[in-house]
Amino acid sequence: MTCCAPGADTAARYGAGPTPDEIRLASRDLGDGLRQTDLSVPEAHCAACISKIEGGLGELPDVEHARLNLSTRRVTVKWRGDTPPPLIETLAAAGYSAHLFEPGEDQSDPQLSRLIRSLGVAGFCAMNIMLLSVSIWSGADPATRQAFHWISAALALPALLYSGQVFFRSAWGALQHGQTNMDVPISIGICLAFGLSLYDTFHHGAHAYFDAATTLIFFLLCGRTLDYVMRERARQAVRGLMRLSPRGATVMRADGTREYLPIGEIEPGMVLLVPAGERIPVDARVENGRSDIDEAIATGESAPRAVATGSTVQAGTLNLTGPLTLVATARADNSFLAEMVRLMEAAEGGRARYRRLADRAARLYSPVVHLTAFLTFVGWALSTGNWHLSISVAIAVLIITCPCALGLAVPIVQVVAARRLFENGIMVKDGSGLERLAEIDSVVFDKTGTLTLGAPRLRSSGTNDPAVLGIAAALAAQSLHPMSRAIVAGLGDMRAEAPVISAAVEHPGLGVEAEINGRLYRLGRSAWAAGKDQPGTVLACDGHPLTSFTFEDVLRPGAAEAVQALQEAGLAVEILSGDHRDAVATTARRLGIERFEAGVLPAEKVAHLEELSSKGCRTLMVGDGLNDAPALAAAHVSMAPASAADIGRNAADFVFLHESLDAVPLALDVAREAGKLIRQNFALAIIYNAIALPIAIAGFVTPLIAAVAMSLSSVLVVGNALRLKGGRTKTRNLEQDDREPSQSRMVVVR
Amino acid sequence: MSTLVFLVPLALALGAGALGAFLWSLRSGQYDDLDGAAHRILLDDEKDHGPKG
Repeated sequence: MTCCAPGADTAARYGAGPTPDEIRLASRDLGDGLRQTDLSVPEAHCAACISKIEGGLGELPDVEHARLNLSTRRVTVKWRGDTPPPLIETLAAAGYSAHLFEPGEDQSDPQLSRLIRSLGVAGFCAMNIMLLSVSIWSGADPATRQAFHWISAALALPALLYSGQVFFRSAWGALQHGQTNMDVPISIGICLAFGLSLYDTFHHGAHAYFDAATTLIFFLLCGRTLDYVMRERARQAVRGLMRLSPRGATVMRADGTREYLPIGEIEPGMVLLVPAGERIPVDARVENGRSDIDEAIATGESAPRAVATGSTVQAGTLNLTGPLTLVATARADNSFLAEMVRLMEAAEGGRARYRRLADRAARLYSPVVHLTAFLTFVGWALSTGNWHLSISVAIAVLIITCPCALGLAVPIVQVVAARRLFENGIMVKDGSGLERLAEIDSVVFDKTGTLTLGAPRLRSSGTNDPAVLGIAAALAAQSLHPMSRAIVAGLGDMRAEAPVISAAVEHPGLGVEAEINGRLYRLGRSAWAAGKDQPGTVLACDGHPLTSFTFEDVLRPGAAEAVQALQEAGLAVEILSGDHRDAVATTARRLGIERFEAGVLPAEKVAHLEELSSKGCRTLMVGDGLNDAPALAAAHVSMAPASAADIGRNAADFVFLHESLDAVPLALDVAREAGKLIRQNFALAIIYNAIALPIAIAGFVTPLIAAVAMSLSSVLVVGNALRLKGGRTKTRNLEQDDREPSQSRMVVVR
Repeated sequence: MSTLVFLVPLALALGAGALGAFLWSLRSGQYDDLDGAAHRILLDDEKDHGPKG
C-alpha cells in the first residue's frame, strides 16, 4: 500500500511551512474551544491515503476529528487548545505535503445545491407528467384525459415555479440591462406553453403541453448543472493550490514583545521579522540582516538579489537565505501586490466586452422566432377568424422552436471539452474562456516561470571526484538558495560520500561555509570562497578552489515543442519579460522565437497587449508572475501554470497543473475543436427548426410531435458534443494525472 | 377508471418519496465526496479515526 507515498523529500523542499500562528489565524472557531482547520493535501488519491491521513491526524492528542474529502483533496481537522497540533508535520511524516486552505471558502456551495435540487424537482415532475402523457397519447377516454391533464398541471407547477426560476432570473437580469440571452426565449416558451395548456385544460381541450414545458426545463437544467459542476471542480482544484502570499507576519513591538498579526493590520513603521524561506508580507525596507531575495514572481528576474540594511523589498517576494528585520513602508493595500490588483481591474475591460456565443446566437434567434410566431398568429387570425386557434398555433410555433437544442448546444460541448482538459491537468474556469481561446491569432509568453521553470539547473560541476562533489552537495543542502537547490538536485546522490556536517553557516549573498575535519569549506561566490573574482559558484577548501559549478535556466518541459506547435498553427509568438535582455534573448533563441522584449514593467505589458488588441489581434497571454497578473487580465484570453502567483492564477482563464508546456497547444486544440462542434450544433439546431417550423406554422403540431421532435434534437446535439476528440490520447496514464497538483511543490523551490 | 384512483396517487407518492430521499441525501452531504465514498468501502475499520460521536 505504498502507492502514494510521495517521499519525505517533499516536506523538506517546502522550506518553512505555515507557522503555528498562521495555522491558528486561518482556523475557524466552532465554539466550545473547538477550532477547525482545512488543509489541502494534493497528493491524496486512494483508500490507503484516507486511512493514513485520518489515522495519523486522529492520533494527535488535541485532534477531535479528521476527515479527508478525496474529491477535493482536502482534510478537515477539528482540534482543541490554544496552539494548533503539528498537523503539517504529521502529514509530512506520513509522506504528504499539505498546505493551508483558505478559511470560509469551503462552505458548501449554495448555488450548486440549488441547481441540483431544481434538477431533482424538474426530473420528478417531468417523469410523472410524461407517464401520464403517454397514456393520453395512447388514447385515454376524455374523462381520464381531463383528469390526467389536471394532475399534470399540478405537477408542472412546482417545476415551473421552483426549477424554472434558474432561467427566469437570468432572463430577467438580461432584460433589465436591455440585452437578451438564451434564457429569454426559453422563459417565454416555457411560460406560454404552461399558460396555453392550463387554458386548454380549463376548457376541456384535447391537447396540453405540460410535458414539453417540464421536459424542457429538465433537459436544460441537466446541461446547466453539468456545466456548473465542471467549472466548480476546476475552480476547486485551482483554489487547492498553495497560496503564495503570506497571511500575516510576526511584528516586534517597541517593548520587544512579538506578535503575529494578520496582513491587513500591518501599518507602515512596524518592525517585522521574516525568517528565511518566508515571503515578504508588505513593501518594506531592510532594517537589519542580510539575505538573498527571490523576485522572480514579482519582476520576472531570474537571479536572486542580495539585500542588506537599507535595501527595499517588495511584497510577495521570497526571503531565501537569512532572517531579516524589516520596517514596513506601506500597508498591504498600498503594496506592490495591491498596485497589481488595481492595474488588473483597470485592464479588465476587454474580457467584459466579450459576449458569449450562446448569447450572440440568442440575439439573432429570439427576434426571428418571436416574429415568426407573431406572423403565424396574424396569418391564422386573418384566414380563419378563430382567435383561440390562432393563438394555439402561434404558441405551438414558440414551443417547438423553444431553443432546447440551442440551449444545450454550447454548454454540453464545453462540459465535454472541460472534462477532457481536466483529465490533462488543465483547469478551465469559465466556458467563455474556451470560446475566446478558439479565436486567438497570437500568443505572448512571459519568460521566468512560464517558458523556463524559474529555477536554475546545474550544467557542469568541473570535476568527477565523488568526495568533492559529496561535500558540495552536503553544503548545498544547508541552504535554500536556488543555486544550492540546483546542486542538491544535480548531485543529491553524492551526499552519501560526504562526512556529516554539524555546523554550517550561511552567509547571505555570499554562500555557505562549514568546518569538516578541521578544514574550512566554502561554497558560494568565487570572490568570497576562493578570494578570486570570477563569475560562477565555487567550492573552496581553506581558500583554495576545488571546483566550480555553472548553471543554466531550465526550459519548462515541452516548451520547445509547444512553441513550435503554436508557430506551425500559424500563431505569432512573442516573449514579454521583466528579466534582463541577455537571459531573455538566450531563451528566445533556444525556442526559435524571433520577437521578444526584455525589462518590461507590468503596466508596459498591459499597454503592449492593448496595442495588440487595438490592431485587431486576439492574444493569448501565458504568464505566472505577480507582474504578469495585469497582463493576464488584459489579454483576450490567458493561461497560467499552477506555480503562478495567487492573483495571476485567479486572473487567468486556464490554469495548467502539469509541468509541461504542452498544455498550451493542447488547450488550443481542444478549444478549436469545441468551437467547431458548437458551430455544428448550431447548424443542427437550425436544420431542426427548418423542418419543424413549417409543420408548426401549418398547425400540425400535437404535444406528441413536439415531445418527439424536441427530445430527438437534444439527443442529437448531446451526441454530437461527445464526438470531441482533442486531448484524448493523453489520458492513458491515470496515475500520473491523479497526481497533478504535485507541481505545486516546485513553487517554493523557485 | 376506479383502479386509476388508487394507482395514480400511488405512483405519484412513490415518485415523491424518491424525490424526498434524494433531497435528504443531498442535504446530509452524501454527494460531497463521491471519490472518497468509492474508496472508503475498501477500508477495514473506520471507527478509530472517523467521526467521534
